[in-house]
Amino acid sequence: MEDKLLLKLLQKNARMKITDLAAALDESKDDVINRLTELEKQKVICGYHTIVNWDKTNTEIVTALIQINASPEREYGYDRIASHIYKFSEVDTMYLLSGSFEFVAIVKGKTMQEVAHFVASKLACVDGVTGTSTFFTLKQYKNNGVVLIEDEDGKNDRLVVTP
Amino acid sequence: MNYENMLSDRVKTIKPSGIRKFFDLASQMDDVISLGVGEPDFATPWAIREAAIYSIEKGKTFYTANQGLLELREEICDYYKRRFHVSYDANDHCILTVGGSEGIDIAIRSILNPGEEMIVLDPGYVAYTPGVELAGGIPVHLELRDEDEFKLTPELLKSVITPKTKAILLNYPSNPTGGFMTKEDYEKIVPIIKESGIIVLSDEIYAELSYEEEFCSIASFDEIKDQVIIISGFSKAFAMTGWRLGYVLANKTLTSAMKKIHQYIIMSAPTAAQYGALEGLRHCQDEVESMRDSYKTRRNFLVKAFNDMGLYTFKPQGAFYVFPCIRSTGLTSEEFCEKLLEDQKVACVPGTAFGAAGEGFIRVSYAYSLEELKVAVEKIKLFVEKYQK
Repeated sequence: MEDKLLLKLLQKNARMKITDLAAALDESKDDVINRLTELEKQKVICGYHTIVNWDKTNTEIVTALIQINASPEREYGYDRIASHIYKFSEVDTMYLLSGSFEFVAIVKGKTMQEVAHFVASKLACVDGVTGTSTFFTLKQYKNNGVVLIEDEDGKNDRLVVTP
Repeated sequence: MNYENMLSDRVKTIKPSGIRKFFDLASQMDDVISLGVGEPDFATPWAIREAAIYSIEKGKTFYTANQGLLELREEICDYYKRRFHVSYDANDHCILTVGGSEGIDIAIRSILNPGEEMIVLDPGYVAYTPGVELAGGIPVHLELRDEDEFKLTPELLKSVITPKTKAILLNYPSNPTGGFMTKEDYEKIVPIIKESGIIVLSDEIYAELSYEEEFCSIASFDEIKDQVIIISGFSKAFAMTGWRLGYVLANKTLTSAMKKIHQYIIMSAPTAAQYGALEGLRHCQDEVESMRDSYKTRRNFLVKAFNDMGLYTFKPQGAFYVFPCIRSTGLTSEEFCEKLLEDQKVACVPGTAFGAAGEGFIRVSYAYSLEELKVAVEKIKLFVEKYQK
């Protein structure tokens, strides 16, 4: 079974039925189920999530990108400091980077004050963190490969029948 | 005045395309679910579009050299060597054309004298036969068999070659059947081509859409390479149908002949499209691969769906069409497609639109999302259940 194809199908539509997955991969349903279980166990598949455009709901949500400077620790490098940051539930996504700062964390909160408070009172106080810069997002255009704003691009106006 | 009388005899003998009828029927109806389209559902990769826009901004709006931008020709020759192991020279062997369609036309016209025969595969793409007729040649239809999965076998080839045969037009992976020729399949016919000395026009427009087996170009056989004219383009692999950009690759003499026609009737292929294609060849191979992966899963889905409903469908190794056999419904291809359109508002193309040997089959395109295919398949299933014996 081609894992790449299976994963791409699920990445595009995590709700795809096993029957359809099996048909699209030309495999039996049992084989697909077994392979999925295996990939889940190996944490290749880390969940089946939904991309939500919160801007279209009444839910208040503020997103900020935080650049974080940190000093590495003997034995642990950056990993222990990172774990002290990413364990906060406010942190949605986090990366270690090359370049002039060490981490970027995507932090979510209900209001700007809430996020600012989190940065000042929690994140900036983590041992080893030497500085932060906060960038609030104004508009989300694309998330995980999905364009979230109205966009005519790729709107299909093919003729009904062509050779 | 009767303008019919003003028309040339040659154009009068050309039959209107069988596709046209279905286009007219389907476009009169609302909410038709179409599986009748011969072009990708993906928009052209943004990098290609952006490069073309930039070329226009920079004022690259003039004719290019007749043969096309040299750097693009060099890129095409590199690409053919890298991907398909055939070497050509950018100056002597390559012309950029207005789609693969122009390539077919100038290739046929460069080699055919009136009355000479050209073997055309049946079922085959709709433009081949008229192309031969417009050049004054005689199309000889070679009926392929479903039991061979519409491959060209040595027996079939031998049965149609006569002293009058000038050339043969191949198209693998095939529109409409999805038929495919592997290296081993070609090895069986190459000696016949070599011995007969006929020219091979090889329409390789679907080369990038090959699934399990690696695509093999017939020009990769050194002993007949100079007998081959490759016709290809950017429409299918790079999702660039509307840009109208293709190319031909052939030996020096044939290329010069094709260039003669091309420079008078076309001058040069669209400039912005050439800049876009250059970017495509240089940087968009990943997107090509990603589209190929999508097509493959859709093909698997459709092949199973049709076989499950009792319409035998072989698993095509290339292009984006499946070619289910509908004989078990007792309907002809045309009846099947007309009634399916009336009953369920699903448009497919009858196999007969691609030649007499297409009777008993329909062409179903999978240039649609899996979700769309799923809806269409449910409707076809309802329809088939009514007629299945």
